[in-house]
Amino acid sequence: MDTYSLLREFADSWVLLCMTVFFLGIVVWAFRPGSTATYKDTADIPFRHEKKPASGAEYAVSPSKEART
Amino acid sequence: MWDYVKMAVFGVIAVLAAIAANYARDVAYLVHALIIMAVSAGMFVWVVRTADEKKVVDTSGYMDGVVRAGVIATAFWGVAGFLVGTFIAFQLAFPVLNFEWAEGYANFGRLRPLHTSAVIFAFGGNALIATSFYVVQRTSAARLWGGNAAWFVFWGFQLMIVLAATGYLLGATQSKEYAEPEWYVDIWLTIVWVVYLAVFLGTILKRKEKHIYVANWFYLSFIVTVALLHVVNNLSIPVSIFGSKSVQVFAGVQDAMTQWWYGHNAVGFFLTAGFLGMMYYFVPKQAERPVYSYKLSIIHFWALIFLYIWAGPHHLHYTALPDWASTLGMVFSIILWMPSWGGMINGLMTLSGAWDKLRTDPIIRMMVISIGFYGMSTFEGPMMSIRAVNSLSHYTDWTIGHVHSGALGWNGMITFGALYFLTPKLWNREGLYSLKLVDWHFWLATIGIVLYAASMWVSGITEGLLWREVDAQGFLVNSFADTVAAKYPLYVLRGLGGVMYLTGALIMCFNLWKTVSSVSAKSEATTAVPAE
Repeated sequence: MDTYSLLREFADSWVLLCMTVFFLGIVVWAFRPGSTATYKDTADIPFRHEKKPASGAEYAVSPSKEART
Repeated sequence: MWDYVKMAVFGVIAVLAAIAANYARDVAYLVHALIIMAVSAGMFVWVVRTADEKKVVDTSGYMDGVVRAGVIATAFWGVAGFLVGTFIAFQLAFPVLNFEWAEGYANFGRLRPLHTSAVIFAFGGNALIATSFYVVQRTSAARLWGGNAAWFVFWGFQLMIVLAATGYLLGATQSKEYAEPEWYVDIWLTIVWVVYLAVFLGTILKRKEKHIYVANWFYLSFIVTVALLHVVNNLSIPVSIFGSKSVQVFAGVQDAMTQWWYGHNAVGFFLTAGFLGMMYYFVPKQAERPVYSYKLSIIHFWALIFLYIWAGPHHLHYTALPDWASTLGMVFSIILWMPSWGGMINGLMTLSGAWDKLRTDPIIRMMVISIGFYGMSTFEGPMMSIRAVNSLSHYTDWTIGHVHSGALGWNGMITFGALYFLTPKLWNREGLYSLKLVDWHFWLATIGIVLYAASMWVSGITEGLLWREVDAQGFLVNSFADTVAAKYPLYVLRGLGGVMYLTGALIMCFNLWKTVSSVSAKSEATTAVPAE
């Protein structure tokens, strides 16, 4: 079997399966328990720090309690 | 010390460019060598004059100088690109505009790539670079990484545009649609792009927010994928290092497939993913509410990048490409409906509960119509990728109409919205000079697009039907010249649509100029908003 046919065979089976599973995994992962609260905070990112960068590593302490400025 | 390194580098480049100009085998290469020599010599003098000066840079705030430059460049190249586009539209309607004295330099064939590259790469590219630098800083709560590297990206990109544009007029082209620049311009763009990736990624890595906001994912996928596409599609061997001509490494159907893998993903990742990054930041900001569904945005992202990469073969239906490949392209194009409309719904629904803003805020109206055109052109595209539809639409003006409803409607309008949003913020102004003028721009651009798209639909379908018409004996009924004559009024109408769109852009430039020059600076008192 030449390289092309071998790779085609591989792409059409295992690689396709891996990619599909990976994608479905992301969909399931996006809806994991507790994600709503996390994403609510993440979706608010554009409304923080519009004027100047954050000072220090604030997210490590408590990301959700940070004031909107 | 660093200044002396720069001096040496610019000096050596200027000398090498002078040698290259001396040995140049064609006009385009000669002109390009002279441009590079002039730029390096100018930079050399500038570095010498400013060497050892104490340069105090305040690194506590965001790096917005390069974003301001990007806003100016976007507006400038936008007008330039629209102007060339309008002119070539009239060249098609009135062939006499291919002037005798400019034959070989300013006829349709030379100006057409100038138009497409100016609007896609110069206008769109500058918009993407400027907004990505703005957005990544705000959503990472960190200053741009790499100091002046961002300025290198900006000026390096402008140099690429100038080299590409002059090259087209002088006949340096590798004849790959949307990838026309020759080998040395490709190499230069690769260098600029790698630095762009480093600046963007560096900023993300030093972010102060825990999560990477979704807009940055889209921008990052745009940067990474364009690097990949650009390098693979431009694999070519120069005939001489002193000439602009190069020969492609791939041949025949492999070359065609590589070209449209590139071409369609340039649409998918340059004109879609990158601009979706803009949508996910500027629409929530202008509407003053977070994106409708963050979960949907994650699925939107992954579905888009998983599917887009396979859609390219639909450009090659009924060619030497194997049937399985063209079927694959068609199927994936149709599946793309799903993420495209998911993204459209996510953008539009961000306004839910704030629909009243559509009446009062012409900027949000611009963004909404842009998302509307995104939805329409991503509906039309998959439909045209179906082989049976494609047999009618391909090679006709329908394709041109489709591209422009996406480019003028989606890319243009979201960029205008972003420019209107950014200018008062970047120059610290109270607000825009005139919302009335934004309204004028909105309506001129919208009616212009409608005229353009509608005339090209009619023209394309007319053309497609005339081409395939056969009589009872199976002979073709119409000569090609007949089909060209039939399109004349539609071509004039298309040109008028272009004039309206261009007029709108000029009004925008005036408005932005007046915003910076005559609106009073935003006073500090109003900026101190109390924490919630």
